[in-house]
Amino acid sequence: MRAYLPAYDLQTPANLAEALRLLADAPGVWKPFAGGTDLMVLLEAGKLAHKQFISLWHLPELRGISITDDSITLGAMTTYSQVQTHPILQREFPLLCQAASWTGSVAIQNRGTIGGNIANASPAADSLPALLVYEAELELVSARGARWVSYQSFHTGYKQMAMRSDELIKAIRLPRTTNQWIQHSRKVGTRKAQAISKVCIAALAKIENNTIHDIRLAFGSVAPGPLRCVQTEAVLKSRAIDDATIKDARSALAAELTPIDDIRSTAEYRLRVAGNLLAEFLAGNGIDFHSDR
Amino acid sequence: MKINVTINGQAHEADVEPRLLLVHLIRDVVGLTGTHVGCETSICGACTVHLNGRAVKSCTVLAVQANGAEVTTIEGLANNGQLHAVQEGFWECHGLQCGYCTPGMIMASCALLKDNPNPSEGEIRHGLEGNLCRCTGYQNIVESVKYAANKLQGA
Repeated sequence: MRAYLPAYDLQTPANLAEALRLLADAPGVWKPFAGGTDLMVLLEAGKLAHKQFISLWHLPELRGISITDDSITLGAMTTYSQVQTHPILQREFPLLCQAASWTGSVAIQNRGTIGGNIANASPAADSLPALLVYEAELELVSARGARWVSYQSFHTGYKQMAMRSDELIKAIRLPRTTNQWIQHSRKVGTRKAQAISKVCIAALAKIENNTIHDIRLAFGSVAPGPLRCVQTEAVLKSRAIDDATIKDARSALAAELTPIDDIRSTAEYRLRVAGNLLAEFLAGNGIDFHSDR
Repeated sequence: MKINVTINGQAHEADVEPRLLLVHLIRDVVGLTGTHVGCETSICGACTVHLNGRAVKSCTVLAVQANGAEVTTIEGLANNGQLHAVQEGFWECHGLQCGYCTPGMIMASCALLKDNPNPSEGEIRHGLEGNLCRCTGYQNIVESVKYAANKLQGA
């Protein structure tokens, strides 16, 4: 650990247009810097190669939460603290609020941002499985203009994103369509606070008379990026919740996840616990469940 | 880069390098050494200060990101020699032993009580999750925060 950092260049553009112009003039040179809750740790450990940063924290265009009948749109610099205290997010998007409350600790939640969490693209990021099951959309902006993309296909590999080097994430839009779904999430880590997850789940389901009418599942820390498990969802749709369904779901999930061994856990543990988390969700919402998992 | 930061009500102008951390601005440039540097990785909370009224870990905030902001440190809590209720709580309830974590612990506690003036024990423990103490076992710290909550509410 270094007490003092090596020198680098940091720009603090006055507005979004100025930030986008910097990116357009030298694509790939500038690394955007939001709350810095992860980047600062890497920077201080001497593990961050970039020598040129653009601070986005203060840009007013990237702030604020706006609401329509159909959706809620979060500025990319919305902090975890702001997420947790927003009444509509609390009511309709509890998985995002729970994830925000698990991230670091209060002082980190005051600095960390949803846009930063997405662009940092950690497979272990707490809020990203929730954004996947809510089928979020991202507004990407550059000096050339703006476009909306689906978040489902945004993470294309480890720290790889479907985003050009001159683009920034401006906003995250959540469709207000899942209010009536059953919602569930859980994080497994070494401690509740300040710990990066070993495995985490975000799940939404429509279940009536013990039958799964629709389901959305996403996991963290089990693949190169946060993962929406569409194959496991397909296996579960229209099925009654019983031991056989849960067994099939575990098999499908095991085939879909590609966890690794690292300093926090092992692939074997992650696979086992991911299956347990899914079984716990299904069992908790099914009837006549007697599995001896 | 030129920055203006108000620390404990006093305006400071400084010409700093982008790499300067907020905690080093506070300690080395302004000379307020009550804010401690612990882990430098956002884990321990010893460096907790308030940035525009919200608790942050000043070891992982850049000084330039505090430009135009108001910072409160442990030195800014007492009023004319009269301890803040949270400081008094830590004194009365033996909320410290070695004292290294104490400034951060007190700043985190103040932020907690501002948002939630009457926290349950669970809420106090949740609010202080990001502050590590290796001496007390936390029990007296929780008691200190309860003392302060009662005092601030005039109980």
